[in-house]
Amino acid sequence: MSFLRALLRHSSGRIGAIIIAVFAVAAILGLAGLTPHDPLAQDRLARLQAPGARYWMGTDLFGRDILSRLMVGIGQSFAVALLSVGLATSVGTVLGLTAAWFGRLWDGAVMRAMDVLLSFPAILLALLIVAIMGPGLVTSVVAIAIVYTPIFTRVVRGPALSLKTRSFVDAARTFGSSRRYILTRHLLANLVAPLTVQITLALAWALLTEAALSFLGLGAQPPNPSLGLMLSDSRNLMESAPWMLVFPALVIMLAVLGFNLLGDALRDLFDPRTRRALA
Amino acid sequence: MNYVLRRLLMFPLVMLGVSVFVFVAIRLVPGDAITAMLGTESGLLTPAQRESLAAYFGLDQNWAVQYWRWLGGLVQGDLGLSVTYGQPVSQIIAERFPLTLELALLSMVIALLIGLPAGVFAATRAERPSDLIVRVFAMIGQSTPNFVVALLAIYVLSVGFGTLPTMGRFVPLTEDPLGNLAQLILPALALGTAFAAAVTRIARAAMLDILSEDYVRTARSKGFSQGYVIWRHALPNALIPVVTLSGVEFGYLLGGAVIVEQIFALPGVGRVVLDAILQRDYALVQGVVLFIAFNFLLVNLLVDLAYAALDPRIRYGAS
Amino acid sequence: MTLLSVEDLRVGFGRTGRETEVVHGVSFDVAAGETLAIVGESGSGKSVTAMAVNRLIDYGGGRILGGRAIYDGRIDVAAATEAEMQRLRGREIGMIFQEPMTALNPVLKVGTQIGEIFRKQHGMSGRAVRQASVRALDRVRIPDAARRLDQAPHQMSGGMLQRVMIAMALAGEPRLLIADEPTTALDVTIQAQIMALLAELQRETGTGLIFITHDIGLVAGLADRVLVMQGGKAVESGPIDRVLDRPSHDYTRHLLNAVPHFRAGQAVRTDGVRDGRAPALDVRDLAVRFPVGGGFLRRTRGEVHAVDGVSFDLVPGETLGIVGESGSGKSTTARAILNLVQPSAGAIDTEGRTAVQMVFQNPNASLNPRMDVRALLAEPVIAAGQRVDDAVVGRMRALLARVDLPDDLDRFPHEFSGGQRQRLCIARALMLNPRVLVLDEAVSALDVSVQAKVLDLLVDLQREFGLAYLFVSHDMAVVERIAHRIAVLYAGRIVEMGAARAVLSDPRHPYTRKLISAVPSIERRRIDYALDTEEVPSLLRPVGFQTPAQVWRQIGPDHRVASEQTA
Repeated sequence: MSFLRALLRHSSGRIGAIIIAVFAVAAILGLAGLTPHDPLAQDRLARLQAPGARYWMGTDLFGRDILSRLMVGIGQSFAVALLSVGLATSVGTVLGLTAAWFGRLWDGAVMRAMDVLLSFPAILLALLIVAIMGPGLVTSVVAIAIVYTPIFTRVVRGPALSLKTRSFVDAARTFGSSRRYILTRHLLANLVAPLTVQITLALAWALLTEAALSFLGLGAQPPNPSLGLMLSDSRNLMESAPWMLVFPALVIMLAVLGFNLLGDALRDLFDPRTRRALA
Repeated sequence: MNYVLRRLLMFPLVMLGVSVFVFVAIRLVPGDAITAMLGTESGLLTPAQRESLAAYFGLDQNWAVQYWRWLGGLVQGDLGLSVTYGQPVSQIIAERFPLTLELALLSMVIALLIGLPAGVFAATRAERPSDLIVRVFAMIGQSTPNFVVALLAIYVLSVGFGTLPTMGRFVPLTEDPLGNLAQLILPALALGTAFAAAVTRIARAAMLDILSEDYVRTARSKGFSQGYVIWRHALPNALIPVVTLSGVEFGYLLGGAVIVEQIFALPGVGRVVLDAILQRDYALVQGVVLFIAFNFLLVNLLVDLAYAALDPRIRYGAS
Repeated sequence: MTLLSVEDLRVGFGRTGRETEVVHGVSFDVAAGETLAIVGESGSGKSVTAMAVNRLIDYGGGRILGGRAIYDGRIDVAAATEAEMQRLRGREIGMIFQEPMTALNPVLKVGTQIGEIFRKQHGMSGRAVRQASVRALDRVRIPDAARRLDQAPHQMSGGMLQRVMIAMALAGEPRLLIADEPTTALDVTIQAQIMALLAELQRETGTGLIFITHDIGLVAGLADRVLVMQGGKAVESGPIDRVLDRPSHDYTRHLLNAVPHFRAGQAVRTDGVRDGRAPALDVRDLAVRFPVGGGFLRRTRGEVHAVDGVSFDLVPGETLGIVGESGSGKSTTARAILNLVQPSAGAIDTEGRTAVQMVFQNPNASLNPRMDVRALLAEPVIAAGQRVDDAVVGRMRALLARVDLPDDLDRFPHEFSGGQRQRLCIARALMLNPRVLVLDEAVSALDVSVQAKVLDLLVDLQREFGLAYLFVSHDMAVVERIAHRIAVLYAGRIVEMGAARAVLSDPRHPYTRKLISAVPSIERRRIDYALDTEEVPSLLRPVGFQTPAQVWRQIGPDHRVASEQTA
């Protein structure tokens, strides 16, 4: 509770938290079907309508409500981001922790495998996986999870290696504490801070990657609304219907910004040096 | 073991891993290779023709043999044959890569020219209004996907100036330097925005850390000016994380900017990959992806060597 | 002639207008050729005062809030502009810092960092810079100076780096030198060399010196005048002899009497009992070797003999002090006994696994910050496979009371002070009723007054529970207070061992003598430290190398020394 209060006192933390809260509400409403209009319904009389009283953010080429489509799109993007980052965090944490603890051959094997995965630009690796699995939301989740697993592995392994040499781990060894106890209570418990920061930032990247994949037509499939697809649709109409470009663009930017701000604030709060300055 | 030597030995090892990964990934793609190669025409083949084709391409062998052959070809610079282009993959890469390289270099130049001074400036005025402005811009820059920047730039250009950059055909630098620049400046800006923001943020963070280091205090105790202390003592240390970040970003940009190339209809490496995947031209996917990973690893190797040049602790293997 | 006159100096930290004052009106004078020692514990404001004198405090978030600091009768440092300060720093006021390892820029060669002073401050260029740099290193007795100029800082030892630091500070030919705990991070024999060097250079150049330290014993041999600080105030000042012999303030008396000072065997414990009882810990021919890999396939090229044939025993109620400098193998010995490093040879006899427990040097690092007191004290119990029931909680409370900690199991480590944390570590080590405690530099990270209290606690606990202590330390004064017997470790081997009084008052091995003569003491004033650049021999040996057995000579009933060939 006091941590939440500290987060809200931090200026970028406050802005980030508000943005994410608003988006979370939109996402939940969108996924629950509680949108102002049916996101798939085509109003043939109101095609390419500018924002107004009935359609707050205007309509697209088929007369579909942009706001409703955005809400569903946000819902999907957030779902994909949360699932993929969740997967990447779990797998990366286990790999990083065990690599740091066991060292030697296992460490070498894990880290070289991660090096191989890191040798591909994120979007390219995702494209490869799409090629194997075919386009779709599940593919997006798997692809993004595979892209970010090596990053989590590294984020965990580095601090785990330095924690391993700390005296409290030495002390635990002199007591004869079990490996499981040391790994969870001494290493993992102290990795919560860097992991939280990394998860927040990874959510921002995951949103970006998801939007990029669907922009290329490899994520959510039409007529399902998705942020990337909506942006892609706006390309030939941006001069006559700029709202088709502006609103989805703004939504992606703000969502990513929200997570980035939150991540920055968390990093400040977890860093003992800045914590002192903030207190 | 010596740091430089270790890096040099690691390179072929990871490259080998990459080749296995790419090889296996391509073979996991559903559908058989002959169908993928010939598309709808494959329906016209008799089983006997199929078999002889498979034998011709070595597809009747097991994966290990296929891999070994492929690797043998790679070593001699043979990346295979693209079905859709009817050209060797290496030739396609040779045609597309100059554009991608130029775009990546241009983006990096933009990022470093903006990011490095902005980051250093912000760090020296930490927590003052000017620092805050830099940070807000960096934050927004980092949160804006390059395709959003690209679309907004096109929108502004077409609505505001009624013009668009040349699309579809690449104007080489040697042919028309100005036309080339006019064509690439917008895509480079789109790619450079987030890159510059990232450089700004990391340069600022590194500089802030370093300005509170003991050795900076030592330099001040010698009576040197703020400018000299920053330039001579702090910056060389702050460059290390900046070089890392720039290397990784540049390495990824060499893999082609898939979306930005598509938006600006630029025939770069990224477009080739995307088209190859959509067209199921697997020899091309395999070859280009491998080439991209090779570039990335090469850039990383250069970054590691740059470390050794920047930091004697790494050079002499202090742990 | 007064070089610097500080009057009612007040320094604060924090936002302008809302500063927290940490130095509350300090006054002192320093004359040319004079040495002023400022003595105090952490938080006393001694370093802040030093940093205020050349206004480096401005870059650490601090500000001079009031008072004057007149340099050379012509400029008030407290009111000077940054440009004026830049002219003073280096040229007029030189500075030497505490941590030579971090005070030099890691990416620049040593020669660059010295040379830039000659370039920028003396306008030299080209070959002249290099020649001047070589002379500067020669002057601080760095052997092979020309080669050293091309080295990076991390290629040099701490003692060498501190000499480089001194060379840099002197390169600007300042008239006032500020040394902020310049020897705290160094081994005691290296400390003696640096002190000797400072004293000699000061005689040569007639520089005024402000010497900041926490160790009042250290300044006895060097200072002309002393200023004692506590809580941001100067509580006492005066000529060295007057302050040391007739202190007028309680805090000065406390620093002189309650804090451990080395007294060459006069302050040893007399409650030792060695009446043929069975040892609680028996170590025979302990050896620890670390393979040194190299080459393409990581072949073992040689082995570092970190500990080589160490034998001792320890009876209940007894403390064996293991003393030595960095690299002597003392910590490795401690860690090997707890199996934190794998012994390569030898036997360690104890009564079961939980009979030996350890207390580490840094209490901040040895308590998991994410665990509360209850979880911290429960860990050894859980590890031993026992349930944490009411009886265990009762024991937790009893031990907390015994080490003078509040009866609160829900606190986290960051809510305690350094001394309290170390008490908590001691309580934790006692949870399983051990017979032996291995204390690895257990009080070294603590302030001197806190040190004394923790030592008292350890003595009480030893008597109460009949504990045997293996007390590993580099600090001879501390060891003198707690050890019944002492083993001197040098280059991985014990070179002298015996009753504490015998070893400290009548050292026989050349290394023990060198070590003991290097230890500062209040009794020794204005001594001439001898310069000596000998370094510890390399412990790297070819694989399979067998060190020749040591030949022991019996000096007294409980005092023996290894013959010199092993050193």
